[in-house]
Amino acid sequence: MDREEIREAVLAIIADIAPDEDFDSLKDDEPLRDQLGLDSMDFLDIVMELRKQHKVEVPEDDYKELISLTSTVNYLEGKM
Amino acid sequence: MIVVGSGLGGLTCANRLAKFGRKVLLVEQHFELGGLAAYFRRKGHIFDVSLHGFPYGMVKTCRKYWTKEIADAIVQIKRIIFDNPQFKIETTFDTEDFTRKLIKDFGVARETTEEFFRFCAGMNFYDDQTTTTREMFERFFPGRSDVVRFLMEPITYANGSTLDEPAITYGIVFSNFMSKGVFTVEGGTDWLIDKMREELERNGCDIMVRATAEKILCENGRVAAVRINGKAVQTKSVVSNGNLPRTVFELIGAENLPADFAQPSAQVRLSTSNCQVFLGIREGETIPDIGDLIFHSTAPEFAPDLYMGKPPVSRSFSIYYPKTRPGVDRYAIVSSLGARYEDWDGLSPEEYKRDKQMLIDNTLDVLESYLPDIRSKVDYAEAATPKTFERYTGHQRGATFGTKFEGLKMSENLPKALGGMFHTGSAAIIMSGWLGAANYGVIVGNNVEQYLDKA
Repeated sequence: MDREEIREAVLAIIADIAPDEDFDSLKDDEPLRDQLGLDSMDFLDIVMELRKQHKVEVPEDDYKELISLTSTVNYLEGKM
Repeated sequence: MIVVGSGLGGLTCANRLAKFGRKVLLVEQHFELGGLAAYFRRKGHIFDVSLHGFPYGMVKTCRKYWTKEIADAIVQIKRIIFDNPQFKIETTFDTEDFTRKLIKDFGVARETTEEFFRFCAGMNFYDDQTTTTREMFERFFPGRSDVVRFLMEPITYANGSTLDEPAITYGIVFSNFMSKGVFTVEGGTDWLIDKMREELERNGCDIMVRATAEKILCENGRVAAVRINGKAVQTKSVVSNGNLPRTVFELIGAENLPADFAQPSAQVRLSTSNCQVFLGIREGETIPDIGDLIFHSTAPEFAPDLYMGKPPVSRSFSIYYPKTRPGVDRYAIVSSLGARYEDWDGLSPEEYKRDKQMLIDNTLDVLESYLPDIRSKVDYAEAATPKTFERYTGHQRGATFGTKFEGLKMSENLPKALGGMFHTGSAAIIMSGWLGAANYGVIVGNNVEQYLDKA
């Protein structure tokens, strides 16, 4: 996947997890949790869905890489 | 695979795995599913043990991992009341109302309040674990025992935590509640558990009640079978939803575990237990709306140790009005108190009975300040103690919120110590309560999936 495809795939996962959130004003470089009201379980759901849908394992030490959409894409580039 | 124990963690884990097409057998030693998400019927009353209340996150969890029908039955309880020598406050228990009250009633600066909420909301369970809740409060609200009480008292009741736990255990639970307030299931615990059973059966999960998992049988460092009611049932993987030390030292047994796992595991501290007093209001009688959840205390300041005492100085009241079960026009009151196992263990039958009656009388005395004629309306009163919890759940020392924080590492590392063996259920405070338990069931279900995929 290229960066844009990864971005879309991550957004699709988040849209399932937080169906009530508005994605139009989402800023790629700012923390996802602050912008979308995601709690710690929603965040774990993202990790679980990445594994299920895209076979990417994110070890606990790397969770911090998933802070914003941009950092998530950086981390996942080359992995899916 | 086999799930041992049907608390909300075991149920949710079993459902997730069954939904993904795994062959799941759920075994429960009691005749009802639900673990401490329990209810019981006596003399025409239905009593809920733990229905009040949980954070909004449960709506999301039920929508994702159960059914829309269950998620849609989750409703807010709006009248939360604090009544103690330091303040008397009614709140909806959410960020907006708490911010307003901290500023207006407690005189805390707006910036401090907002920074505190941001600080808590940013916490993750894998973050810094060295700062204690006490240190965090001291940083934001130095010398303000009233503020600490306002912020901490309900959490102590919700999960038995003290000021000495890692601050993240407070921050995560508190911000979960603060997102939208306190919620419950309309229809009652019995409705919820029935609906969960239906969904499990739809997903093809086999369920056995009155079935005791006695021992995990191992071969070559892996789980091979579980002995259930005397009969070995083969399996690739087991999730125990039982009390953690009991899972490790009784169900599995230290002989089946490496010493470097078993030894530190023996040091894991259990959380404390509870007493509860169940009061049934006579059919046809009514009581006025005095609030849904009342935190009542006569202790001069917040001190979790005092909450465990005998006789008690602090307790919560859950008032269950007819709205709890639409169509059933009944009222019930359930009071919960912290309790120490040793205060109730080793008593003679007479002493035990006497102490239970003292607890009931003491509870009615306090209730009279809200409902002066309560004694004439109650036609059933019973008390549960740490011994009761021990008997019904098999939890060591009647622990109601699993283990202290170090239990989480033990729970998470169990699969590394014994192939195919997992634990879900109350651990480390954050993984307890209805929401914590259900979510931990999801996380462990995911780990089991991963394990079975590779196996």
